[in-house]
Amino acid sequence: MGTPNDMATGDESLPARQLEARELGCLRGGWPIFAGVTFALSAGEALVLVGTNGSGKSSLLRLLAGYLPVAAGELLWRGVPLSKDPDLHRSRTRYLGHLDAIKAALTPREDLSFWAQLHAQPDRRVEAALAAFSLQELADRPGRMLSAGQRRRLALARLTVSPAPLWLLDEPTVGLDTASQKALVAAIARHRAAGGMLIMATHQALPGVTDAAQRLDMNRYRPLPPDPEALLL
Amino acid sequence: MKSWLALIGRDLRLAWRQRGDLFMAVSFFLLVAALFPFALGPEPNLLLRIGPGVVWVAALLALLLSLERLFALEQEDGSLDLLLLSPLPAEAIVLAKAASHWLTTGLPLVLAAPIVALIYNLPFDGYGVLLLSLLLGTASLSLFGATGAALCLGARRGGVLLPLLVLPLAVPVLIFGTAAVDAMLAGLAARPHLLLLSALLLLALPIAAFAGAAGLRQAAE
Repeated sequence: MGTPNDMATGDESLPARQLEARELGCLRGGWPIFAGVTFALSAGEALVLVGTNGSGKSSLLRLLAGYLPVAAGELLWRGVPLSKDPDLHRSRTRYLGHLDAIKAALTPREDLSFWAQLHAQPDRRVEAALAAFSLQELADRPGRMLSAGQRRRLALARLTVSPAPLWLLDEPTVGLDTASQKALVAAIARHRAAGGMLIMATHQALPGVTDAAQRLDMNRYRPLPPDPEALLL
Repeated sequence: MKSWLALIGRDLRLAWRQRGDLFMAVSFFLLVAALFPFALGPEPNLLLRIGPGVVWVAALLALLLSLERLFALEQEDGSLDLLLLSPLPAEAIVLAKAASHWLTTGLPLVLAAPIVALIYNLPFDGYGVLLLSLLLGTASLSLFGATGAALCLGARRGGVLLPLLVLPLAVPVLIFGTAAVDAMLAGLAARPHLLLLSALLLLALPIAAFAGAAGLRQAAE
């Protein structure tokens, strides 16, 4: 039921902008987190979010994934507001947060095959995902036996089990060794080559990804400080 | 549907890997039910009179035990975020979790109920009605419980809030469940009570789906 790639709904002359944010603002628990975030991504492009702790990188990713409501501005997918069809947006988004979502009692193979089944993907993708992050040897070990870096690799492998055009990664390199970082770079390259988009928050330069991406400095989107007297009332 | 079954399948597998937890609810159920004769004395007529009620109250308390972790574990390890991005709508996630809660807690309780019936010397021809009423009633309780668990997600002191939210919803189930067994023991028709229990189950389905889904979405914010 997807729309063909060449059917741009917006301006026909511009390169097909898949995802566009205009003056986005975010509130969490009534507190403004950021305001005025504007960017546009075309197929195959990447956006790296940088900024100090607390500048709203994670909040922006959660907003883009649809967990947080858009408090101000517009978020468009091929010119159509995302809020029009949240179910559709879910199916085109993969999210990796700070938590690895690993069950102590499941092995990596069982874990990936569950997510493959949930997304109605064939089981062969599981083996490919295990191989992409060198998890074959750990595939039958229970989740509680995995180290922090191995857990991260499993969480990343999960992204590749069910393809989707938009990847939202929140500091994906935490705990990864050099070889695993290369595997991540390769996975991102394959995703982008297939027309996928990537939005990633990171504090670390990832050669091959961060140097070929747009940058968005979240420090520039600090909201106006709330009126302290209004908060006290 | 396949994705829905995949989620239940995963939960059953997890429950089986940690089966100690399964026996916990059943042992609690049996222990609570066995306490009453100690407190009230072993007078057979009294036990027969309170038996149906005791089975139901013990089952309700045992079901409450495992409710808090139903969604809290998924939220703590980040699985809830990923589940909410899956093709399953949040409503289906709540129903799947309620189904796996019932399969891992409700069903074992129903299977253990004849032991309690034996303790209270219920006549054998009443077992059918007792088990049928428990089957219908525990399913409703799992659904109301999943609703409460989803709504309490992210609340501090969710563990205390949850029974406060779920117990009032459980009252009608308790009334008609006990009434079904009592009616049968008094030689009256149990059918109307069983039909009312089925009606409650049908009512619990949409409530759990919609209220529970709202709770999950709220928790992801």
